[in-house]
Amino acid sequence: MTNKPMPEPTPVSAPFWQSLREHRIRIQYSPSAEQYVFYPRILAPRTLVDDLEWREISGLGTLYTFTVGDRPTAPPWSDSLPQLLAVVEWDAGPRVSTEIVNAQPGELKVGMRVQPVFCDYPDDGITLLRYELEN
Amino acid sequence: MGLRGEAAIIGMVEFAPQRKPTRTPRFSIEQWALLSASALADAGIDASSVNGLIASGISESDRFAPATLSEYLGIPINYGEVVDLGGATAAGMVWRAAVAVELGLCDSVLVMLPGSRDFPTSSRRPAADRGYFGASSNNYGSPQAEFEIPYGNLGQNAPYAQIARRYASEFGYDPRSTAKIAVDQRTNACATPDAVFYGKPITVEDVLASPMVADPIHLLEMVMTCHGGAGVIVANAEVAKRSRNRPVWIKGFGERISYKTPTYAEDLLRSPISQAAQTAFGMAAIGRDEVDVASIYDCYTITVLMSLEDAGFCEKGKGMEFVSSHDLTFRGDFPLNTAGGQLSFGQAGIAGGMHHVCDGARQIMGRSGAAQVSDCNTAFVSGNGGIMSEQAALILQGD
Repeated sequence: MTNKPMPEPTPVSAPFWQSLREHRIRIQYSPSAEQYVFYPRILAPRTLVDDLEWREISGLGTLYTFTVGDRPTAPPWSDSLPQLLAVVEWDAGPRVSTEIVNAQPGELKVGMRVQPVFCDYPDDGITLLRYELEN
Repeated sequence: MGLRGEAAIIGMVEFAPQRKPTRTPRFSIEQWALLSASALADAGIDASSVNGLIASGISESDRFAPATLSEYLGIPINYGEVVDLGGATAAGMVWRAAVAVELGLCDSVLVMLPGSRDFPTSSRRPAADRGYFGASSNNYGSPQAEFEIPYGNLGQNAPYAQIARRYASEFGYDPRSTAKIAVDQRTNACATPDAVFYGKPITVEDVLASPMVADPIHLLEMVMTCHGGAGVIVANAEVAKRSRNRPVWIKGFGERISYKTPTYAEDLLRSPISQAAQTAFGMAAIGRDEVDVASIYDCYTITVLMSLEDAGFCEKGKGMEFVSSHDLTFRGDFPLNTAGGQLSFGQAGIAGGMHHVCDGARQIMGRSGAAQVSDCNTAFVSGNGGIMSEQAALILQGD
């Protein structure tokens, strides 16, 4: 168990969380806009077209930005310092909020290649999507 | 499209911010009444011309804020509004008030932001748990609850640091330049007796030696929440004539809202103030070089730096050079946040955004005391809510 707040999938987002449980990444795609979409929505953002479909992506991407948090962003993270809070830009296009794991703060640089790390929380039925530097 | 410039700020109130509250605890509707009475007294008019009010939320009621306030103040209104734009709320309220006045809906509009969380405490009900989610929402169905908070991405410090980090990678980063913003504003606070850091000058070395809270942002580059409150009265020309203050005409405004979490910004380094400022300057038909004082929302130094660039005061990516090569104090060649800004005057919660409106108006009225900029006629004011995600700009001018 964890005392950190965990996500609760919604009817629309459930396929995303289901794919993470399978250690795969599926996000939405709008054929009319020719764009991947994240986070999951009921209609395509910008156009509001009703054509979103689920597609699997590799989840590989680059480190768009990050910060090294030496003070917890909230009490549940007080024993998880430093927090390596990151934004990853997927090769598929959209950006995703995440944390970097298996790395030293000093080695992080904007633009680095990163790869997914699937972190299972069986008690919560949730898999979180974290990132590490690409091998 | 735009304002004719026929609505003016004619009175203002800004309670001196306090780190530890010593004033009598008051509910937010009580603070609203006290702020309104102070601003009316400042303008030298009575309440008879007031027929509009603009609020943010009130603490005593989750809904029906305008009606609750109208009833409590005993003032029926033709226009009641709630603005929910975080740190851009104050600037957003002022332009809405100006629009209501120019449309002829209202003669005078109360625009108040209570800024003390020191409320009377109930002996029967437990104090509400404010939680740790801050401006993030952990409600079921909230995108932040699902995609941000589980990774610890909440609050303000980390996302602003992410913006600064990205800025560094695209344009370079000189910590002495961002520190100088805090230092020059502190100089201004030291000429402003109501400032929470009055009498406490700092140096660039002090800023760089302060703890690194979220790399690259130091403690002295972040606002500290205080108790206070601020507001203005916006009125038509007829009421303005009866005011004892030099009218501060609202000549231009702009507003732009584009995301809540910066992860989803189209371009993290081109903030919405660029469109808002462009609209405001176009409406006022003046150039950047005609601005006598700039009062720029300053929750963090990186916010000021990027706002200067995106509002068009310097070239994109040259903000570090700009702040290093200009004296940003009230005596300088680019007076910025002349009462200390929120960094050094103090951020009274949501009223912090109103500090910048008051700073600009006070300078144009010629009431800034030791920090007065000579021959000050034009002010640029910015508001910034969320994580540089909702921003507003105002152009204020004296006759």
